[in-house]
Amino acid sequence: MKKGSFGLEEIWGGLLRAFELIITLDPEVVGITARSLYISLASVFLSSLIDIPLGAMIESKEFWGKRGIISLIHTLYSLPTVTVGLLVYLILSRNGPLGSLEILYTPAGMVLGQMILITPIMIGLTISALGEVSPQVKDTAKSLGASELQIMITTINEVRSAMLAAVLLGFGRAISEVGVAMMIGGNIRGYTRVLTTAISLETSIGNLELSMALGIILLSISLLVNLVMNRLQRR
Amino acid sequence: MAFLELEALGKAYGGVDVLQGISINLSRGEILGIIGPTGSGKTTLLRLVNLLEAPSCGNIRLEGLTLNDLTEKEKLLARRRMAMVFQRPVMFKGSVQENVSYGLKIRGKKDQQIVKSALEAVNLSGYESRDASCLSGGEMQRIALARALVLQPEILLLDEPTANLDPKSAAAIDRIIQSLVGQSTLVILATHNMLQCKRLASRVAVLMKGRMVAVGKPEEVFDLRQEHLMSEIAVPW
Repeated sequence: MKKGSFGLEEIWGGLLRAFELIITLDPEVVGITARSLYISLASVFLSSLIDIPLGAMIESKEFWGKRGIISLIHTLYSLPTVTVGLLVYLILSRNGPLGSLEILYTPAGMVLGQMILITPIMIGLTISALGEVSPQVKDTAKSLGASELQIMITTINEVRSAMLAAVLLGFGRAISEVGVAMMIGGNIRGYTRVLTTAISLETSIGNLELSMALGIILLSISLLVNLVMNRLQRR
Repeated sequence: MAFLELEALGKAYGGVDVLQGISINLSRGEILGIIGPTGSGKTTLLRLVNLLEAPSCGNIRLEGLTLNDLTEKEKLLARRRMAMVFQRPVMFKGSVQENVSYGLKIRGKKDQQIVKSALEAVNLSGYESRDASCLSGGEMQRIALARALVLQPEILLLDEPTANLDPKSAAAIDRIIQSLVGQSTLVILATHNMLQCKRLASRVAVLMKGRMVAVGKPEEVFDLRQEHLMSEIAVPW
């Protein structure tokens, strides 16, 4: 078969084989999926620890340039993944500022890249969610003796569904991006190969079955994230 | 030395004075009724005492300590000696138990018994597991009061605690405030309800356009000779 040209039969056959790979828990499929999940979950977890308090701080303080910073954050929502990939590559490359860490082409480097990628979304959605909290909530907490940190935790708790939706959206962007994973991870088999980079590679070499199996898994994860988000937003 | 001393206290927003020259000395166990029409500065005064806002001028002294000179950390410690109940109380997401124990929790204390007693005091026993956001206005106001009472504050600030309530809920709250008479708590009650003020306060301060125009015992302030003044500033029920 000529590379790049597939008939309906091949696609159907490939789809059946893809389901077979998923159902039989093919070690390669399971390995790539597990790696994708842990890299993206790690980046979302670490990013939440930094971005949610940072967003809460920006929302609660009044300072010069606040509007400009929020506009910039919103603009960066659509930050191209390859641009982040290039930026992180320059930072992590041997002569870059963080070159001594030697985490280029490692899962740790990919986590860092995905963290940078989802930071604008996480901070921006935190600011938007907390902006919906009535100032009376903060006053009530303060009048009952809450410290600045306790007020922040109380207000975040008031919009916990929206905050969880922000985290899920960050996760959705992290697991489905390809630019950072390819440029920082290097798509090394068994080490940094994740769902998106594997789909890209397997498709280019004509291994449609594996590509489709991974695509179905990625789509299912995205669908699940969206279902949970819709449920949260209805609350 | 007065327990709480307000000295020439003033507050301005955008150059407009909403409070001017408020001076008064208060003792523990006292219930000060602040009466005045809407916009007279009652809420602002309570917010200044609770350190929710900084005064534009003047001083607030608690047992001789000037509160507005303190660092944020020291202000927090001072604020933890007080509790405020707002006119329109806000319930945090969660159960009644979580709401009432909020102040205890942030102080690292856990005392189910105190919460239970506070709910009994506001006639809401058995409400612990209810969703706080699904309560009626009167119930929310009583929960807000219970939330403040569990902290056993030295200063209890009440901002129109019975406004917008049905007579039964208002009477329940009045009884709780009355039960604090003679205890070591200083209660500052802002209201535009003259009868409530007469009934509960040991001293009354009249606020008009941000100035304290009269201070004294209820029988002195609500003297017949001042009735014309009262008719201008308060609702007589």
